[in-house]
Amino acid sequence: MSSEPHPRILTSGDTALVVEFGREVDRRVSALVLALTRRLEAAALDGVVELVPTFRSLMVHYDPLVLAPSDLAARLAALAAGLDAVEEPGRLWRLPACYDPAVAPDMADVAAATGMTPAEIAAVHSAETYHVYMLGYLPGFPYMGDTPVPLRLPRRRDPRVKVPPGSIAIATAMTAVYAIESPGGWNLIGRTPALMWDLRRDPPALLAAGDKVRFEPVSLADYEALAASAAAGTLVLTPEPAAAASAAVPESVT
Amino acid sequence: MSAAATNGAAAPAGSAPDAGDAPALRVVAPGPATTLQDAGRTGHQRFGIPVSGAMDRVALAAANLLAGNPPETAALEIAYLGPTLVVEAESVRVAFAGGSATVEVLDDTGEPPRKIPPLTSVRLVRGQRLRIGGLGGSVVGYLAVAGGFAVAPFLGSRATLMRAGLGGFAGRALQAGDRLPLAAAVAPLRDETTLPDTTFPAPQRVRVVLGPQDDHFSDAGVATFLGSTYKVSAATDRMGMRLDGPAIAHADGFNIVSDGIAPGAVQVPGNGLPIVLLADRQTTGGYPKIATVISADLPALGRLAPGATLTFERVDLDAAVAARRALAAELAAMAARLVPAGGGVDIAARILSENLIGGVVDMHAEHAP
Repeated sequence: MSSEPHPRILTSGDTALVVEFGREVDRRVSALVLALTRRLEAAALDGVVELVPTFRSLMVHYDPLVLAPSDLAARLAALAAGLDAVEEPGRLWRLPACYDPAVAPDMADVAAATGMTPAEIAAVHSAETYHVYMLGYLPGFPYMGDTPVPLRLPRRRDPRVKVPPGSIAIATAMTAVYAIESPGGWNLIGRTPALMWDLRRDPPALLAAGDKVRFEPVSLADYEALAASAAAGTLVLTPEPAAAASAAVPESVT
Repeated sequence: MSAAATNGAAAPAGSAPDAGDAPALRVVAPGPATTLQDAGRTGHQRFGIPVSGAMDRVALAAANLLAGNPPETAALEIAYLGPTLVVEAESVRVAFAGGSATVEVLDDTGEPPRKIPPLTSVRLVRGQRLRIGGLGGSVVGYLAVAGGFAVAPFLGSRATLMRAGLGGFAGRALQAGDRLPLAAAVAPLRDETTLPDTTFPAPQRVRVVLGPQDDHFSDAGVATFLGSTYKVSAATDRMGMRLDGPAIAHADGFNIVSDGIAPGAVQVPGNGLPIVLLADRQTTGGYPKIATVISADLPALGRLAPGATLTFERVDLDAAVAARRALAAELAAMAARLVPAGGGVDIAARILSENLIGGVVDMHAEHAP
């Protein structure tokens, strides 16, 4: 089924084309998707309505009465040729993260499933630099990876009806932070006071595809103080330039 | 995903209910799912923000044209049953288009309700009530007000996304007691307008282009999809139209790594029953999409009621683009079909209007020979 070489250009009705670089969650595939996104933004084609980068493909929404699908497909094929699977330096966000069981309702279950102590879980989880593959599901929700292997667990059997915003969650090879209160089935191992989604900002979403994220452990008392200032709008997080691009993009996680 | 999600970071977007005396329509009875919608919120899907917007763009355009607005002005999208609204402004001009419904104006005078002819604008004055009944033929309709609603756009659109509590009027469906602020305090007298020869039929079949993931299905699965009659499920909402009928066979499992979702994408989860993703569709998803309803057929698809039956007809991309061009031409022609509504009321209104313009208000002029 995956014998056809990538990238493949797929039709999704008469208002979207998909440039697919792979079928797995893979940092190299993500790098290609984001590289094409940047090229296409720079090209600023008349008739392109919006771009939606995802784990493995770029969806290009367009107006077929302005830009014929065959013309767009030809432009996409040309732009997708010769892309390097190199991650851009991008932005690095350091997000305060509280792994205290008081704000980590699944910590006990995760400890039981992994055989690790909560302190070990926090140490392992916060040692990784995460890559934002995409935002999706609900406004501001980042799919990040890759969660360290010892912490890769399935989704919970019984999803919660309400997950509080700021919840740091893990499932399979992904890590996420719930951006708004919503239903959710991932394992909640902590909480960040950083607002993933804040209507006082433009754009309201803190993160964007291609960003890097580090979780910096803080105490429960510090979390509560930071959460109060976040609610007041005084917790302003500024990203650093991430480490220089490296050809050594991590291997596939699947 | 279907349960309500509320914003955790700041007050929900959209204008808060206001209790002032600014010109408004006050909600007496909201109807089951009345929301403010326009052409949708494009450009933010990469941040996880669905497009939303009107389910039936053709009916939205018709209501707006009748009210004298640009076709994509935000209007009230009404599902199944209309609201009752009372005018708290000097005057307002409104127009309803979509499913066939009884549209009535009620006074406090005890007079019987005055029925408004279909697809005809009407001018209301302070204290009058507008009542829109149950919708037939199509489950959606639009109530446009001349000048639009004075609701601040959120990320460039006034469309409501109830699931995330953003946009529109307070990010939610209307409730009794809401005051919907009007951009125009007064509706000038003029001829009312009507749109002859315009209908909003619900389709029995819609056209699809196969893909983007038709290769995730067996040949038999694709044949099932194209050869079967499906029934619209009661679980249908603005996010997706769920269909009951023969299960579609996948070729190799039903989980894929999430990718983008186009309007009209037909995703097939593990139970094999297709879901057509509509205005409030999620921005990304992890089920294979066998086909995509062509953009020209999406407005009509939004008219289908639960229990209605539907088949899918395969067309190629050229045919899909041609159909979209034809729909654009039809919308352009709609504006040209607007004509003054007949009847003495409008003649009287014109006379009164001319008198007002001339600075001479003779209240008896309309009865003059």
